[in-house]
Amino acid sequence: MTPFQFDTEQEFFIDPQRCIGCHACEMACAECETNGQLPMISVDYVKRALSPQTSVQICMHCEDPACAKVCPADAITKDEFGVVHSANTARCVACSNCVLACPFGVPKKIELSDLMMKCNMCYDRTSVGLRPMCATVCPSGALWYGRREKLEEARPHSSPVHTFVFGQQEIRTKVHIMMPKGSTRLVVD
Amino acid sequence: MAKLPIPAEQLIETFGPHLNFPPAGGFTGRDEPDRVVATHCCFCGMQCGIKLVAKNNTVIGFEPWEEFPFNQGRLCPKGVQRYLQNNHPDRLQNPLQRREGTGFEPISWQQAMERTVGEIGRIQKAHGPDSFALLSGVSLTNEKSYLIGKFARIALKTKNLDYNGRLCMVSAGAGNKKAFGLDRISNSFADLTHAEVIMLCGSNVSETFPTLTHWIWQARDNGAKLIVVDPRVTPIARTADLHLPIKPGTDSALYGAILRELLRNDWIDHDFINRYTSGFEGAAEAVNSYDLSWAESVTGIPARLIQTATEWWGKAKTSFLLHARGIEHHSKGVENVSACINLVLATGRIGKPFCGYGTITGQGNGQGGREHGHKCDQLPGNRDIENPEHRRYIAGVWGIPESELPGKGLTAYEIVEAMHRGEIRGLLSICFNPLVSLPNNNMVREAFEKLEFYACIDFFLNETSRHADIILPGSLQEEEEGTVTTAEGRVVRIRAAVDPPGDARRDTDILHELAGRLGAGKYFAFQSAEEIFNELRLASHGGTADYYGISYEKIERNLGVFWPCPELDHPGTPRLWEDGKFYTSDGKAHFQPVPYRDPGEITDAEYPIILTTGRVVSQYLSGTQTRRIGKLVEQYPEPLLEIHPRLAAKHGIEDRELVRVVTRRGAAEFPAQLVETIREDTVFIPYHWPGKKSANQLTSGILDPVSKIPEFKVCAARLEPTGVAAPPANEARAYQSS
Repeated sequence: MTPFQFDTEQEFFIDPQRCIGCHACEMACAECETNGQLPMISVDYVKRALSPQTSVQICMHCEDPACAKVCPADAITKDEFGVVHSANTARCVACSNCVLACPFGVPKKIELSDLMMKCNMCYDRTSVGLRPMCATVCPSGALWYGRREKLEEARPHSSPVHTFVFGQQEIRTKVHIMMPKGSTRLVVD
Repeated sequence: MAKLPIPAEQLIETFGPHLNFPPAGGFTGRDEPDRVVATHCCFCGMQCGIKLVAKNNTVIGFEPWEEFPFNQGRLCPKGVQRYLQNNHPDRLQNPLQRREGTGFEPISWQQAMERTVGEIGRIQKAHGPDSFALLSGVSLTNEKSYLIGKFARIALKTKNLDYNGRLCMVSAGAGNKKAFGLDRISNSFADLTHAEVIMLCGSNVSETFPTLTHWIWQARDNGAKLIVVDPRVTPIARTADLHLPIKPGTDSALYGAILRELLRNDWIDHDFINRYTSGFEGAAEAVNSYDLSWAESVTGIPARLIQTATEWWGKAKTSFLLHARGIEHHSKGVENVSACINLVLATGRIGKPFCGYGTITGQGNGQGGREHGHKCDQLPGNRDIENPEHRRYIAGVWGIPESELPGKGLTAYEIVEAMHRGEIRGLLSICFNPLVSLPNNNMVREAFEKLEFYACIDFFLNETSRHADIILPGSLQEEEEGTVTTAEGRVVRIRAAVDPPGDARRDTDILHELAGRLGAGKYFAFQSAEEIFNELRLASHGGTADYYGISYEKIERNLGVFWPCPELDHPGTPRLWEDGKFYTSDGKAHFQPVPYRDPGEITDAEYPIILTTGRVVSQYLSGTQTRRIGKLVEQYPEPLLEIHPRLAAKHGIEDRELVRVVTRRGAAEFPAQLVETIREDTVFIPYHWPGKKSANQLTSGILDPVSKIPEFKVCAARLEPTGVAAPPANEARAYQSS
């Protein structure tokens, strides 16, 4: 029997308008043994004084990850399936270059262990056919993992977008953001 | 029993609340568990499926249960963290006895039972059987709820049994019985998915029933318009197609005006009204003068928004109206419910695919726990304790003369008032923390201080049980087999993942032994939860909440069965009323006339601000469980006073400034949170905290005349800025407040 491996037809989608700010994703992420009770996803109010709107951020798994490019120790790698992995603990020198370089503000330097950590798309779950913990528990569907056709059929008013424009720079990611129907890219500034 | 044996701060040192966090790196044995048990969350009425992971008779983690059809693995933060109770350092593991000046000392079960039964006998002999009361809760399974109803009437022989559903479901239940002759949501949530319009009336779905959010979004993906009626912009209101920011206490004015507008535009289903309903003319007459400008002046909602809501509701072919405590926690809670039902009946949108109506049941077993004799006026099968025929049937099932069955007793808040008056002198409680959850809780505390004897069955020593003479350590939901009935009316299986720790016992074992010692053992000869359920099935048979056709095996095979299910070959009833035959005496659905009246307490020059209360997503009810779970406490560490910046400016209140909130019942200080997401005439405080941080020091004990639900959702208050900045939230230790 061939062992199950990462299924590249299953993709990750984030729909910020559905986020209810409940933090179930954060708490569930922390339960994964590999994270040692530290969540690799963050939920924050955008501006609570004006709205209960929250934003949720996981690693976007860039096609050309800035975190890996700036790593002086080659500790961060993108695998054949497009998953950008957390820093190799033997190599990471905790220089924080990745923390500063990431356009989405994802990697964190864990002071206690002097290591960088970030979301690896629940590799221990997704590589055996399970969905990531955050996308499994999300009660509103703001985080969704599965086949693109199924999502597009279920959510006809939105389009998945994975191209982000930061000034002169365009970044493409493995993770998608749901945008109004017909959108093709998100211009950040 | 008088004041606390030692100051609360010292009791907290021993019994908590303390915060439980998973160990860094997680629990050991997580990857090699002894058992992975598919069961349900212990918290709200959604009863999400969840798998509990156990090792060495301890719950150490969870896994999503993706096969359970309602939530398919989805959970809220409370669900994710719910596994941190059985392994909690505060978990009660020995019977305890109050000892003046030192707190509580461990005693044997024999001593605890003898003392409890002796005191019951002494008090009842001196003051009559009804001088000893029982207060219960509907986090308990159907089996325990049924057992408690039987225990109160046969073993304790008191009429004064009531439950914390009195703070939750009773307005909806009474309104539904008036209209339909039955108390259950009319549809499963699957009927949301293709409803053209969904109206949420006073329901903060995304914080109180987070996993229901997905079902609402499914409908929106299919084109549904979402209308949310709430004085605050809640997370579900934020993206709604229409948000009606209603002034608290004016709900029936809004629904009355919508009914009038539906009639004026003839957006009603005459055929349905003629064939299947009665009382339409009276309901129409009652709202005759409620035009849009009047409604705007009463509710504070711009007339054009009410007009839009009416048009969407009126022109839709399918719809689903859901309400919750926001309209039910009122001195006219039943009227508000009736006003909503009138809209559903006028448009004939019930009993058909994607045409739904119902209340969203709040507590874990808020549905099943309110059907089988847990209430002061009720017998199993949702029978009436004052109906001679119903009494005879249940007396027959129980094998007692009908004459020995007590009559109707007092409701929960009335029981506490009777304790305060000295009429009720002894109390047994289980699964209820009235010192936090009842309104006007300074009076509640005094009432508990007056009891001659108080025994409490619980798994943590909460704020109320600190007043007990005897503590009987019972079981958590994950420590006993049983069933619960979800907010959809789906009966599901609760599985024991572990045995109770230490010397703690299953709740049913405690009740059985008490019953035996009270001389009623032969009526409680149950060997298993399933045996209790099988008697419940029989006791419910022929009642409106008929479980006769539901067996454990059938529940397990189908992942739940919707009642009514009167025969074993009956498939269950996800959607009610498809045949147009209602459970009322004439078989028709009954409109109710709902003339508008003011809430029990209105603002005046002395108390000019409206205070409303509610919940936050990371806490559950009185916090007995969730104020002990570290990450849930960290997410929202202390109750905040939500206040609009313009109202704050009028008082010179700054963000995070401590504000003294004063009502006719009491005063308390809360940090201000300045947000534009609340009406300018209203402030909001969540109620999960005890002691000086308890919002229920301020709320009123005015009850609905029919349902006897307290008016938590509206009272009059005054704000007094202190000029002092609140300390950082994590230093306030509100979860332990005394």
